[in-house]
Amino acid sequence: MAELTRETLSKRVTGVLRELAVPLVSVAIAAAIGSVIMLVSGFDPLTAFAAMFKGAFGGGRQIGETMLRSTPLMFTGLAVAYGFRAGLFNIGAEGQLFMGGLSAAWLGIVLAGMPRPLNIVLMILAGAAIGAAWAFIPALLKAKVGAHEVITTMMFTYIGRYIVSWLVTGPLKAPGQIPQTNRLPVESTLPRLHEMLPFLTPSRVHFGFVIAVLLAMFVWWVLKYTSLGYESRAVGYNPFASETGGISVPATTIKALCISGALAGLAGVTEVMGVHLRLFDQFSAGFGFTGIAVALLAKNNPIGVIAAAILFGGLSAGGGTMQLEADVPQKVILIIQALIIFLVAAEQIARWVIGWTERKGVENAG
Amino acid sequence: MASPLIEMREITKHFPGVLANDRVSLSLDAGEIVALLGENGAGKSTLMNVVYGLLSPDGGEVLMKGDTVHIRSPRQAIDLGIGMVHQHFMLVPPLTVTENIVLGNEPTRAVGAIDFKQAREDVREISRRYGLAVDPDAIVRDLPVGMQQRVEILKALYRGARVLILDEPTAVLTPQEVRELFEVVRSLVGEGLSVVFITHKLEEVMSIADRVVVMRDGRVVGETRPKDTDTAGLARMMVGREVVFRVEKKPSTSGSAILEIDDVRVLNERQLEAVKGVSFAVNAGEILALAGVSGNGQTELIEAITGLRKVAGGTMRLKGVDITHAAAREAIAAGLSHVPEDRHRRGLILEFNLMENIILGDHRQAPFAKHGVLNFVPITEVTRKRVADYDVRTPSELVKASALSGGNQQKLVLARELGRDPDLLVAAQPTRGLDVGAIEFVHNQILAERDKGKAVLLVSLELEEVQTLADRILIIFEGRIVKEFVAGEASDEELGYYMTGGGGDKLSAEGEEVMVPDGRADA
Repeated sequence: MAELTRETLSKRVTGVLRELAVPLVSVAIAAAIGSVIMLVSGFDPLTAFAAMFKGAFGGGRQIGETMLRSTPLMFTGLAVAYGFRAGLFNIGAEGQLFMGGLSAAWLGIVLAGMPRPLNIVLMILAGAAIGAAWAFIPALLKAKVGAHEVITTMMFTYIGRYIVSWLVTGPLKAPGQIPQTNRLPVESTLPRLHEMLPFLTPSRVHFGFVIAVLLAMFVWWVLKYTSLGYESRAVGYNPFASETGGISVPATTIKALCISGALAGLAGVTEVMGVHLRLFDQFSAGFGFTGIAVALLAKNNPIGVIAAAILFGGLSAGGGTMQLEADVPQKVILIIQALIIFLVAAEQIARWVIGWTERKGVENAG
Repeated sequence: MASPLIEMREITKHFPGVLANDRVSLSLDAGEIVALLGENGAGKSTLMNVVYGLLSPDGGEVLMKGDTVHIRSPRQAIDLGIGMVHQHFMLVPPLTVTENIVLGNEPTRAVGAIDFKQAREDVREISRRYGLAVDPDAIVRDLPVGMQQRVEILKALYRGARVLILDEPTAVLTPQEVRELFEVVRSLVGEGLSVVFITHKLEEVMSIADRVVVMRDGRVVGETRPKDTDTAGLARMMVGREVVFRVEKKPSTSGSAILEIDDVRVLNERQLEAVKGVSFAVNAGEILALAGVSGNGQTELIEAITGLRKVAGGTMRLKGVDITHAAAREAIAAGLSHVPEDRHRRGLILEFNLMENIILGDHRQAPFAKHGVLNFVPITEVTRKRVADYDVRTPSELVKASALSGGNQQKLVLARELGRDPDLLVAAQPTRGLDVGAIEFVHNQILAERDKGKAVLLVSLELEEVQTLADRILIIFEGRIVKEFVAGEASDEELGYYMTGGGGDKLSAEGEEVMVPDGRADA
């Protein structure tokens, strides 16, 4: 690595700021447009955003709720981001998430009575494995016959969801009217964070958040500092040069999509083990799909995924308060989310705004 | 004295880490052909992109007939009568010639519908006026490259260009097409147009330009007229030192066979046999050149040897090890290095920085990686050493490969492939698109490998290069080796004769019309 002289350090800081500029400006523009929509609809955007902020970060309970909602998005965001880095669009994270959730709901019951740390480790490994397995067939089809992963992973999402639907209404259904599995015994659940950090009381945020953050750092390291990550990025950028350099493109494609699937599977595992403690049809609020937006906003950077997931988690957590206190319909949150995605995808808009403000700055300074 | 048609004054343009144009001034009179000569990365295209409104300069001004103009977009440049033909054509392949030419300025009827009759008439008229024959109804995709370029020129003329900028127009043309282009350029100037001709080929400058402006490292380093200089003089200005066009070559001391190819057959994408039973050996300490016209099986054979394509029959051995069915990784491990013919597609990962590009192929080997974890201490060390050894000019090893000029990118590929210390070097078109300075460097490196006792298989379409480097020459035609020569035994004409099918069972009538790629710089 280059020595960290003052100059290279400042260059790096500028580089990081440049990377951050587009997502930050996109979020700001989205908030501005959201404000205009609220004004036109007769609401006060300042009150609304204040309420939203309060609902997302206003206290221990609110912060906990934001963390809770960001946790599955971190896993699915990482999953989609890893795929993108290898040139793969894993649009089927939702299906891999469902299979991860299924494995946790089943294994948690099977492992009843065993020590909690052992159960947690086994259930996480199993969920990652089945998530990877759910991505393996699309990966194999991509590598061997070139079937596009957008189609195949999406189809596997339907298969996964319907398998879960069938199991929770049939073979795995708990006694009673509601189609759901039996509640997991406590030794098969993730600890709540307020047990360690009392100020988060009484939020439901669980240990999965910590796992997600650590995993994001690990994935960042893997991409940058391992031969595996290097090969994934190489194939993502230029499969022909990778092939010429002796990298097996089919093998790398399979590995990358399976890693992506494993990460998405963990979203399902932690939702089941930490939040619902059982499996039912609607246990995911489309986290696999929102993960695509998270990855886009993070520009496929795993560290960026942490921030983007917290932003989306915060929007979701604050939306309720906004509706209660400012009377603004919660759907406005969805509009702002859509605008963020739109603006990040149409990166040039943010670049244009940045260029314009920089020119203004120069003129004012001159 | 009247003001020049266009004048660029003190144009300055920075890119991150590079000063592409440093106070560059250039003027152009009506009816003049000015050649803008310089190595790749000298700043020629940057300057012209500023004039054409694609880049905004950090300093300086552009004047037309004495008045300052601010050209912020190609649209404005076009309105001012400036037309540009890019190296990579900006045509829509499935559309007709007429549709391409009028695109953006379509003649319309009252309701906004395109008046195709009028458009076709306009195209006929303009092609008659400038003597640029073209079929207005032909589909662009079906036209040869030279004809597509003609469509680009017509497009500029249709939009009323009085100044035509041609960016490396001959890079993609055959010698015959180059001659036709030169006639077209002369006839345009006869009609009063002015032409800026961007190039790094000295012969072209000598034959077409009225005036030559030479750029080096972002600055104008000289201006002259062809009649006052010669190619050696131009080369000296362009590179900044004497250029030896004929590289020094010691007699080869060829040793044992390193690569043995025996009756190899290879299929192309359409499952047709592209290589039809080829046998030869490359010995240690020799350069074996495989010469041929493009598309006679060279690419498929190279890909088979380097492990990128399946072999349909026969055997290949590298130092006695069977590599017939080896994957690229195994071929590299057996001692093969490969300089691919397309460095952007196969040679480099442009989005990777220099370090990441240097380790490609060795990224699982010690010292670069241990237990699958990359170690950036030796990676940085080795990269710095190789960048210095192979004269890759770069601000740092952290910049992306895409930021380097073409010559430096090729040096980076050489730094990786030769730095690996291979037993066999397979070099395909190693100097394609490079300028004289870089060509000299690449040729010397290849010779140095030979003199170290390495085996070199050179595939080239340039007879000049084959004649300069090879110890032995094999001619490949339609997937077969049709003739073998020892270096110096055959003239260009003889090589060309066999390359185009002469001497084989298909003695063609065009045997006389041998396509001899013109030497770029044989002084």
